[in-house]
Amino acid sequence: MLEVRSVAALRGDHLVFADLSFRLEAGAALVLTGRNGSGKTTLLRLIAGLMPCAAGEVLWAGEDALADLSGHGLRIAYLGHQDALKLGLTATENLAVWARVRKDARAAAIERALGAVGLQDLAHLPVRMLSAGQRRRVAIARLLLSGAALWLLDEPTTALDAASVARLGELTAAHRAAGGMVIAATHLDLPLAGAAEFSLS
Amino acid sequence: MRLFAREVRLSLRHGADTLAVLLFFVLAAGLFPLAVGPEPALLGRLAPGTIWVCALLAALLPLDRLFGADFEDGSLDQLLLSGLPPSLIALAKAAAHWVTTGLPLLVVAGPVAIMLRMPPAALGPLLVGLLPGTLTLSLLGTAGAALVIGARRGGVLLPLLVLPLATPVLIFGSAAAGAPLTGSSPRPELLLLTALFLLALPLCPLAAGAAARAAAE
Repeated sequence: MLEVRSVAALRGDHLVFADLSFRLEAGAALVLTGRNGSGKTTLLRLIAGLMPCAAGEVLWAGEDALADLSGHGLRIAYLGHQDALKLGLTATENLAVWARVRKDARAAAIERALGAVGLQDLAHLPVRMLSAGQRRRVAIARLLLSGAALWLLDEPTTALDAASVARLGELTAAHRAAGGMVIAATHLDLPLAGAAEFSLS
Repeated sequence: MRLFAREVRLSLRHGADTLAVLLFFVLAAGLFPLAVGPEPALLGRLAPGTIWVCALLAALLPLDRLFGADFEDGSLDQLLLSGLPPSLIALAKAAAHWVTTGLPLLVVAGPVAIMLRMPPAALGPLLVGLLPGTLTLSLLGTAGAALVIGARRGGVLLPLLVLPLATPVLIFGSAAAGAPLTGSSPRPELLLLTALFLLALPLCPLAAGAAARAAAE
């Protein structure tokens, strides 16, 4: 499905990495490891089309994925370092902007997604009043609402407690069982059964 | 459309922004009678220019946060991955900026003009000119705001970038409002203002979208 073919990335004049290649089939997961600054975030952003490749190409089902960046975005659900939440809006309002669900089904889908991350009781509170871990879980709920095939997770377990990490493991497993793909950059052990490991070093 | 609703809702939730724009506009215009004296004839002559300058400066106030807030909290990445072309995102932002600043300015411009003793004949051309004028300012401002995303002194850079681009709007806008005072027709200036708006309508969102994508790197 997704194929990364000998890509390289530049940050200014600095070469972050070069000649990286891997393939990811439907239902597969990949864990990116490597020390700080080895380019895990850069690689995720490059796959998402948020950063240009200095060399190489990213293929989706055999075709150049980055030719149509807007269309490519629909395949991607990106959980970055930041939660991308507006503090003045409630969890429900935050998610309503991003949910790729038909309007009449949106409220129910958001409720389900918040239930899946265990936040159904806090849905009506401004995100400002949630803890860092709870905000992270709202951002995880956005993944569920994206309908995207490929989840790009950048340190997804930041600020999460053990129970929430386990729950994220279940959510990624369900996503993969439905044919989705996951690429996660993580220091901690996110429970991703049978995930391949890709080391950036 | 949903994006436009989001932007408007965010602005209204931080309702202080719109209020600050209006207060700035009214206060700045209110300083002129204090500075140049209360003589009606002089004030009336200055009024079109005063209102246009104050509206221009007031419209600049909230631009800093237009993309800045989304860049800082990571929402910009999510916007770029939303499947919408970046130019459409920029257009939604420009439209929301106009609804929360341009439109309120248009509403209070009338009372402020009367406060400044502007001749009633000039009121029509002023308000008709402010409509395409503020729309153009929102578009130019969006492009400027996108260009300074992530720049360290973006707030300082932004007026330096937008003000020179906004000078044609200022010139034709205040000329249109001043035309009845000299007995000429405001029509050519109003047509030119509309032309400026029609020129900015496709160009500014394209520029802003490209700048936003470049900034996400």
